[in-house]
Amino acid sequence: MIIIDNLHASVDGKPILNGLSLTINAGEVHAIMGPNGAGKSTLSYVLAGRAGYEVTGGSVTFLGQDLLAMAPHERAAAGVFLGLQYPVEIPGVSNLMFLRTALNAQRHLRGEAEASGAEFMKLAKAAAEALGLPFEMMKRSVNQGFSGGEKKRNEMVQMAVLEPKLAVLDETDSGLDIDALRVVSDGINRMRSPDRATLLITHYQRLLDYVVPDFVHVLVAGRIVRTGGPELAQELERGGYVSMAA
Amino acid sequence: MTALASVSSTLPSRRDEDWRYSDIAAVERAWPVAAEVIDVAAGDHARRMIVQDAAIGSATIRQLAITLAAGARLDLHIINSGGAYGRVALDVTLHQGAHFELGGVIIARGEQVLEIITTVRHAGPGASSNQIVRCVAGGTATATYLGKVAVARAGQKTDAAQSFKALLLDRGATANAKPELEIFADDVKCAHGATVGELDKTALFYLESRGLPPATARALLTRAFLSDALASIADDAAREAAEAQVTALLEAAL
Ligand SMILES: Nc1ncnc2c1ncn2[C@@H]1O[C@H](COP(=O)(O)OP(=O)(O)OP(=O)(O)O)[C@@H](O)[C@H]1O
Ligand SMILES: [Mg+2]
Repeated sequence: MIIIDNLHASVDGKPILNGLSLTINAGEVHAIMGPNGAGKSTLSYVLAGRAGYEVTGGSVTFLGQDLLAMAPHERAAAGVFLGLQYPVEIPGVSNLMFLRTALNAQRHLRGEAEASGAEFMKLAKAAAEALGLPFEMMKRSVNQGFSGGEKKRNEMVQMAVLEPKLAVLDETDSGLDIDALRVVSDGINRMRSPDRATLLITHYQRLLDYVVPDFVHVLVAGRIVRTGGPELAQELERGGYVSMAA
Repeated sequence: MTALASVSSTLPSRRDEDWRYSDIAAVERAWPVAAEVIDVAAGDHARRMIVQDAAIGSATIRQLAITLAAGARLDLHIINSGGAYGRVALDVTLHQGAHFELGGVIIARGEQVLEIITTVRHAGPGASSNQIVRCVAGGTATATYLGKVAVARAGQKTDAAQSFKALLLDRGATANAKPELEIFADDVKCAHGATVGELDKTALFYLESRGLPPATARALLTRAFLSDALASIADDAAREAAEAQVTALLEAAL
């Protein structure tokens, strides 16, 4: 699904990703763990195409296309979804309006028929209910006044409605209480299918108990220094990153 | 309705405080200007909408002389977007316990010079005024809000608030704001705030990462920004109509 090859990227002229390679096939769940400042969020932003994250080398091929040549909204329409570590508040724009505009913009770009009001409401209601987000909150401004956990649930509501091919979830589990973690994990698991893939960025083993990954990678100083199965996360839980050479 | 002797024949110059950012050549074309009169009777609640959408290249000046009798209320909303030069100037007098609510929107692009100028006179005690002006300026346009609040000696317990926020879409665009207070009473609350900024880049990225093309994302954020000034339109249908009008103007401007 996605082939990241020897990716180098800088922020403000400072190299953050230093030759990162990673291939994710359809149907797989990968987890990336790594110390603070290792470049995990930077990787997610580079994949989503955020301005200011300059690619200085390497390539990213997504479903056969050059991902790095595409604008952020084109990447979204092609099927990339980024669940943000810190979801953004947008005063004055309602969640429902935002999501409907996003869904139809994506469909439009893919040459598909836009969702009618009724069709969209059905999707949004089902997603909010499945993720335990009161529907009232869908009418409020995007993330404004939402608690940390509610923002993360809202990201997952968006994911459920937009149905991406590749979900990159940056610390979606951070700030969730134990029940919310289960609800959000169920939401991620529901999206698992042979033609989708997920990249989980997390600091905690607990998420990986619910969403069992096929591969776990350790990212240190902008590169993947180790790859293993779910047992690697358990090893990290015991020994930390000190034993991992950069 | 009362007649007003405010038709002035002397052409303003940029030395006059109220005209310091104006396009005087354009003013000359629109001069002289007769004031329009709005009187709201004691205890009445009036609502008015002013849309300045004159043709490209034209010069428009509207001067309104507004008097609110005791306990009266006026909700006035302005969408100032037309012509090469467009000025909406209000001279508002508030008597005891009256309330004046202003929501002003300026959408300026190209080389437009658009202004909302207000003088709100708190002539009697316990009157309140709330002015919210939001403007978007692109190209080399100039958007100006000059808001003067004058509180007479009799204007005890005055509560006057002004909020101005401008979004600049291009480097060449200008926004001017200058609150002016003239207070002769001692028990008075006057608040004002002014900010000039750009669209929030993080919010733009967030919208784009969900599939909104850049132009749509900008329009959505800009509309949300301007809607602050329309939020005080109580009637849902009227507010939605005003928002639709702003949306259409933005589509042309962005
Ligand atoms: N705008 C920026 N300007 C300068 N440095 C930046 C900027 N953004 C990120 N960095 C730096 O890049 C490095 C990687 O940051 P990144 O957010 O990708 O780390 P992370 O692995 O996600 O960490 P965490 O686990 O704390 O979320 C950090 O050293 C950070 O300070
Ligand atoms: Mg991070």
